[in-house]
Amino acid sequence: MSKNSQDLSLAKLETRDLKAIYGKVQALKGINLRFPENRVTAVMGPSGCGKSTLIRCLNRIHELTPGAKVEGEVILDGVNIYAPNVDPVAIRRRIGMVFQKPNPFPTMSIFDNAVAGLKLNGVRDKKKLNELAEKSLRMAFLWDEVKGDLKKPGTALSGGQQQRLCIARALAVQPEILLMDEPCSALDPIATAKVEESIFELKKEFTVIIVTHNLQQAARVSDYTAFMYLGKLEEFGETARVFENPQSELTEKYITGKFG
Amino acid sequence: MERTDLPLGISLWRKIVNRLMFILIIVAVLLAVVPLILILGDVAIKGAPAINIDFLTHLPTGPTFSGGGIASAVAGSFTMVGLAALISVPIGVGAGIFFSEWSSSKLSTISGFMNDVLTGFPSMVIGLFVYIIIVLNTKHYSAFAGAVALSFIMLPIVARTTDESLKLVPNTLREASMALGVPRWKTIFRIVISTGKTGLLTGVVLAIARATGETAPLLFTAATSTYYITNLFTQPTGSMTVLIYNYATSPYATWVTQAWGAALVLILIMLGLNLFVKIVIGRNLTEARME
Repeated sequence: MSKNSQDLSLAKLETRDLKAIYGKVQALKGINLRFPENRVTAVMGPSGCGKSTLIRCLNRIHELTPGAKVEGEVILDGVNIYAPNVDPVAIRRRIGMVFQKPNPFPTMSIFDNAVAGLKLNGVRDKKKLNELAEKSLRMAFLWDEVKGDLKKPGTALSGGQQQRLCIARALAVQPEILLMDEPCSALDPIATAKVEESIFELKKEFTVIIVTHNLQQAARVSDYTAFMYLGKLEEFGETARVFENPQSELTEKYITGKFG
Repeated sequence: MERTDLPLGISLWRKIVNRLMFILIIVAVLLAVVPLILILGDVAIKGAPAINIDFLTHLPTGPTFSGGGIASAVAGSFTMVGLAALISVPIGVGAGIFFSEWSSSKLSTISGFMNDVLTGFPSMVIGLFVYIIIVLNTKHYSAFAGAVALSFIMLPIVARTTDESLKLVPNTLREASMALGVPRWKTIFRIVISTGKTGLLTGVVLAIARATGETAPLLFTAATSTYYITNLFTQPTGSMTVLIYNYATSPYATWVTQAWGAALVLILIMLGLNLFVKIVIGRNLTEARME
């Protein structure tokens, strides 16, 4: 593998001088990052460093908050998703997201939750819905636990199962990229382990970008790691290299626990 | 103070105060509940003699004839409240959605305020307003005019309860839907409203109960009638509340008894609506209004 990982030619998603503002606060101060295809990239950093804001800019969810603004470019397959003629709704079908707290739709069953993205976008073919529901529930490592009764309400599951249902829901739309915003922070260790297991499998088909404040998780799960601090990108590289041989002093301090 | 100086038991004085407070609270509860029971009892006793099949199915007759009923008034009330609901529910729900989903816009804040002002408007003033714009222009009292007046009463209730119910839907659900690539209007109609539909329905039933019991807005718009109506726009229309007013203020004993009977029917309808909400939706109207 090349020494300078920023030269990856297989970048699925790329940000160019990305800036983001909440009202008067500048949360992102010009981020240049390239996310490799079919790999897991972890974005880590202390609270307030802008990591959540960063991934919310990647699927244009950030702009839904009143008072939020974005400058700069995010390039998906050569196209800037912030260009004026680009439909954010179409982008979100190609870049999916899993949130910190599990949020299955309370009025829907497990099956309906899993295929919600498809049904709401007009897919009626029962065979296709059944196929995609099973496929995505398998990929989220939830199928075996729920296949007995898919008509149960989505909220009748445990926290860890609900989060895996949300992962399945995001996968069923068949996005190219999956964004995960601290997906395990509300889960117990066993549920966390199951989710991490599923992430290993996911990168075969998808590009995964996961925000985590848990250093060990970043080390366990990711191929590449980006370290952010106060709205700036401090370091980026292959995970093993960043953890064993950090090039920036701040990175080294964060990894060794001198601040968090 | 030494640790051993603090007493371990409850003093007699505290026991007396506890018991006294408890008794005072029970008295307060009784004072609040007893008037309601007295009213219900009074209406039931005075109204029951008037209730029979004839009463519910026949048209009103003169005070010296027997066999008269309130059928046309009941039909009139149902018609006007139903028509008012047809007008106010779509507009009210639409306004409620706007207040909730676009709450950051200035238009939302201003119109929300105006909505709250309308909620507290004197119903007599609303009746007079509709009298001027509809009755004077069409030269008729009508069920339509009565329904429009009632819809002014219902609209702000529906709008506010819709707004509050939708605001209770957690924002994470909206984000989850948008993140799936679902357009905003679909997110609102298929996810947000679906999750908040209980509150919405409660608000509509609340508004219907309110409109059914209104008298002042109908006095100059639908006026009175003793017949079933055949035209919504040109005929005065009877209603239960106006009938109660007319009969109760008349000098005829038969009519006064019938007024009590009509009042009993009205109260039973209110209780029925309240029970419907409680059983089918699972909470009572005031609880829902305070949510």
